[in-house]
Amino acid sequence: MSGLIGKKVGMTSIFGANGKQIPCTVLEAGPCVVTQVRSKDKDGYEAVQLAFGERKEKHSNKAMMGHFKKANTTPKRKVAEFKGFEATKNLGDVLTVADVFTEGEFVDIISKSKGKGFQGVIKRHNFSGVGGQTHGQHDRLRAPGSLGNSSTGARVIPGKRMPGRTGGNRVKSLNLEIVKILAEKNLILVKGSVAGSIGTLVTIEK
Amino acid sequence: MELINYVHEKLTTKNKLPGFRAGDTVTVHYKIKEGDKERVQQFKGVVIKLKGAGITKTFTVRKISNGVGVERIFPVNSPFIDKVEINKKGDVRRAKLYYLRNLTGKKARIQERITNVTEETSEAVKA
Repeated sequence: MSGLIGKKVGMTSIFGANGKQIPCTVLEAGPCVVTQVRSKDKDGYEAVQLAFGERKEKHSNKAMMGHFKKANTTPKRKVAEFKGFEATKNLGDVLTVADVFTEGEFVDIISKSKGKGFQGVIKRHNFSGVGGQTHGQHDRLRAPGSLGNSSTGARVIPGKRMPGRTGGNRVKSLNLEIVKILAEKNLILVKGSVAGSIGTLVTIEK
Repeated sequence: MELINYVHEKLTTKNKLPGFRAGDTVTVHYKIKEGDKERVQQFKGVVIKLKGAGITKTFTVRKISNGVGVERIFPVNSPFIDKVEINKKGDVRRAKLYYLRNLTGKKARIQERITNVTEETSEAVKA
């Protein structure tokens, strides 16, 4: 799958061809630098490694500096491998939005969702809580309820959904339509939402 | 933020609406598509709020229809809006007139705003 690395800019909405409002996420996609070319005889598979986002030199270690120096570029924040580019890419090539995407295409977007910390089962697993507010019930409104059987079983089944750390996961949103491309600023607008906060680095796959 | 503003600047198709603000009574002429026919319908009521900026800017119009309160939200830059007429300017003390929802009849009236002889150009809607 070919694609680019980008950054979430924020959300807005635009008016489509039929006059209806389309909710959009704005992504800054690229420009990405080719930092490594994987080949069949050397690595056993064909792929292209892309890099995106500026990183300060003082925050980069020597190994990374050497790797980026090979491609004749500055240190970058994120690298990712992509397969299936049509034209062959060379080390140091710069890919922009117009090279990879066209309007109307559908893309998958991988990003990291917002971390929510330690959460109960209602937020984490969409439980509905226990009981009502009457009949003498109290303190049980957001409780998980029973964890399992009593003496038959007498244990909690592995995988039982419980409270815990929520969010901050890798999330892939499938088949988002590209409604608009603003190539001069490397911006694309995809229909719908993308996980994560503003500024999150995302991988856009075609 | 800069980039979002750039997108707004680039993609906003500006409707030329007259400057109105919360409390004003307006008639919104909006296009409706029925099958492949298009006709213009009117919605007259009090503007109870203006919200948002750029492409996502909207205004809400409230009217009483057959004794039932009806509110409609219009995007300021919607291509469906044909025109907006200002019928009356209202004198109100706040920007969001949610209190009108709890009032009916004579209490729900808004006093007219007396403007100077020189035509006042309201800054409220500068989409």
